[in-house]
Amino acid sequence: MYKKSIAELSQGLASGEFSSAELTRTYLDRIETHSAGLNALISVTADEAMAAAQLADQTRQAGNAGLLTGVPLIHKDIFCTEGVKTSCGSKMLDNFIAPYDATVVASCKAAGMPMLGKANMDEFAMGSSNETSFYGPVKNPWNIETVPGGSSGGSAAVVAARLAPIATGTDTGGSIRQPAALCGITGLKPTYGRVSRYGMIAFASSLDQAGPMTRSAEDAAWLLNIMAGFDARDSTSVERDVPDYTATLNDDLQGLKIGLPKEYFGEGLDADVGRVVDAAIKQYQQMGAELVDISLPNSHLSVPTYYVVAPAECSSNLSRFDGVRFGYRCKDPQDLEDLYKRSRGEGFGAEVKRRIMMGTYALSAGYYDAYYLKAQQLRQLISDDFKQAFEKVDVIMGPTAPDVAFKLGAKASDPVSMYLSDIYTIATNLAGLPGMSIPAGFVAGDKGDMPVGLQIIGNYFDESRLLNVAHQYQQETDWHTRIPQGFE
Amino acid sequence: MQWEVVIGLEIHAQLATKSKIFSGASTAYGAEPNTQACAVDLGLPGVLPVLNKEAVRMAAKFGLAIGANVSRRSVFARKNYFYPDLPKGYQISQMELPIVGTGQLDIELDDGSTKTIGITRAHLEEDAGKSMHGDFHGMTGIDLNRAGTPLLEIVSEPDMRSAKEAVAYMKKIHSLVQYLEICDGNMQEGSFRCDANVSVRPVGQEEYGTRAELKNINSFRFVEKAIDIEVERQIDVIEAGGRVVQETRLYDSDKNETRSMRSKEEANDYRYFPDPDLLPVVIEESFLTEVKASLPELPGEKKQRFMGMLSLSSYDAEVLTASRELADYFELVVEKAGGEAKLAANWVTGDLMGALNKAGQNIAQSPVSAEMLGGMIKRIQDNTISGKIAKEVFEAMWQGEGDADTVIDARGLKQITDSSAIEPIIDEIITNNPGQVEQYRDGKDKLFGFFVGQVMKATKGKANPQQVNELLKQKLSG
Repeated sequence: MYKKSIAELSQGLASGEFSSAELTRTYLDRIETHSAGLNALISVTADEAMAAAQLADQTRQAGNAGLLTGVPLIHKDIFCTEGVKTSCGSKMLDNFIAPYDATVVASCKAAGMPMLGKANMDEFAMGSSNETSFYGPVKNPWNIETVPGGSSGGSAAVVAARLAPIATGTDTGGSIRQPAALCGITGLKPTYGRVSRYGMIAFASSLDQAGPMTRSAEDAAWLLNIMAGFDARDSTSVERDVPDYTATLNDDLQGLKIGLPKEYFGEGLDADVGRVVDAAIKQYQQMGAELVDISLPNSHLSVPTYYVVAPAECSSNLSRFDGVRFGYRCKDPQDLEDLYKRSRGEGFGAEVKRRIMMGTYALSAGYYDAYYLKAQQLRQLISDDFKQAFEKVDVIMGPTAPDVAFKLGAKASDPVSMYLSDIYTIATNLAGLPGMSIPAGFVAGDKGDMPVGLQIIGNYFDESRLLNVAHQYQQETDWHTRIPQGFE
Repeated sequence: MQWEVVIGLEIHAQLATKSKIFSGASTAYGAEPNTQACAVDLGLPGVLPVLNKEAVRMAAKFGLAIGANVSRRSVFARKNYFYPDLPKGYQISQMELPIVGTGQLDIELDDGSTKTIGITRAHLEEDAGKSMHGDFHGMTGIDLNRAGTPLLEIVSEPDMRSAKEAVAYMKKIHSLVQYLEICDGNMQEGSFRCDANVSVRPVGQEEYGTRAELKNINSFRFVEKAIDIEVERQIDVIEAGGRVVQETRLYDSDKNETRSMRSKEEANDYRYFPDPDLLPVVIEESFLTEVKASLPELPGEKKQRFMGMLSLSSYDAEVLTASRELADYFELVVEKAGGEAKLAANWVTGDLMGALNKAGQNIAQSPVSAEMLGGMIKRIQDNTISGKIAKEVFEAMWQGEGDADTVIDARGLKQITDSSAIEPIIDEIITNNPGQVEQYRDGKDKLFGFFVGQVMKATKGKANPQQVNELLKQKLSG
């Protein structure tokens, strides 16, 4: 049952082949037997999941089931869930139980989807390896000595290990796509404003976007149908019709123009990863697509721009964690200043503190123009690059990450090399564009094959096309169906 | 050395919206602590602000009323600082692109002249909560009911040259926001408060002196006293050879002194930047047209109308338009009095306001309603009572004896206008006072008043004075 796609699960539930309770139990059992070594979950909500599954079955019996009613999932622990701990991977929120559901969570609940648990993640989504989590690093199911990527590493690992049919993630600079690539799954970061941010704990408000993390593009289309849409509680969500993302999956790719930015294939890209990506692109050519060489000349500015904008916003967003109303509070504060300093000093981890300090600096009097304002101008240049590119091509392709999953601890003491893990994904966040990563093949590693991700970037609100392009490839290849050893 | 005082005010007017500026929680005053603070007001993880359109409408109203440019595009920014009653660790305000640009307002000075005060800008922002000290075993209590209440911060140019001018300006804004129905003006509840930037410079010097900012003053009287005492302090400092430092000071009304809160050196770096959770506020022309159409008659316009159509003096018109409630009251009195504007103005600005002041009440609390006062003036007009008797009627109405007609009936105050009733009384007085009659006829005109007095005494003041005069003249000359 755990090998079935969402379409097959939906079908099986509808036909009565199995119930949601059976399906949910199957996954809870898999979590119990397989999750210990991965450390992919912060919370497992077995009782709540079974209750929701039974409710879903009743709904179905009453004839009110929707397409996803009874299909269980796992949420990244960045989404607020009423009555269930929402830690955001931080000691700061280890004791925090939200009194409300994030819009994404509420939408999935309303669709009748039981929540199996909440996925581990880098603290406050700041990290590319899942090593900054207060709950310890997640291990990559393909080789538990390597990282799963981050920050949605827990979500990627549970989907790769088939501990859930689907999961939600969030992506601020690559946090859905990079772990998807490193864990060999499909991940989609929608256009900024497509999915509500309400109830999703903010890292960098102008970049954060939630999306599906799944085995296939088809599954992603099913989940995005539930997640996408305008939300009056999020002023940056866009009031625009949501198409049925499954409707166009089978459109023909004949004549599709694929842009290949030369900046994405140069220095810094691992040669083996490059060969896998090249082969995937060749496959598209054989499927009738046309390849177009393009340039995104300001690509090299993405990482520095991002590391001004994102920390600046996070330094302000994380001010609310002050030990006064919720979350961690230091023991026996002597006075207000002591309360602030120790609560924040003890509650936040090193990477979060580093970014708060960088951001505070960038916004300070006398530095604002040189850093924050300059970064906003560069952001515009980066967006303009894409705008010009999409006048010539339909989608842009390249590697998702410069390398396959690296060893735990390999980059932990070198933040800059860690930041470069997201060198190909960050620009789409700065521009607000949708981007995807799909399994494109494997590279031999010392403990077996490691997955490689192909990144597909689309124009604004062109998620349907991304999913279509990805799905067509998955009709010709079986990379996405591979299951890491020990999890079959 | 002669000193010139320079004052600019930052007025915080709490906008009278039903819900908060970025959440759906109620703004009603006086609820139990933290019962009107929702997840957004508490700054819980994951929540997002959504702008209240009504607050934008109210700010636009104010902008139009002071002839300012209402920005077609304004931007909310975050002002970052830590304080326990500031849940998010930042206040959402406006910095570079405020919703209201440059405008102006005329104030009346004591000598009757007017002065134009420049308004630099007005911007929207959210209020913080309240820290409550005491009753918490050495800890501080936090009430977040006020957090997220919409404020319009109105920043003036440093155009005022005395505490009195500052008060006149503050009163004018106070009256205007109430006319516009965008603020209830309740200073006790903190709905209307101000910070005053005060400096002094030698007369004739062009550049400004170093200013001190007096924080959070919530009464007109305190504004005047705080500025006066601060000016004195600054002059003393300079004349003693010292220098005024730029700092924030707090006015202590008990001791009548200002105290330093923090100097600029230790001031926060607020790290303003555009709030990424909120899109720029874009105002369409149609929205402004709609707001314009909803503007009430403004104090200046009303004053002109009172002077023109109602032929009131500039002084009366100014007094009567000082607040919308008073103006509305006055207009109702005029209507009920059958259009007697001048008489109505005299009664409202004279006896009524005198009585209210004495009782420490405002116009809304007046025991004599506009209908009652208008009804009484009508009775003066139709000769039912004289102006003198009216004072007794007014007093009786104030004491709760009912409306004018009720009082006149109950106390038998109806004026005697029947000559056949007055004549015998006059005849009797002439008969009883032969000496005075003779002296009067010999040319001692002053005695006429004596006879009038006798008649009035005999009729308990109810005889129509004009008729008494005429009849007396006839009979005495006979």
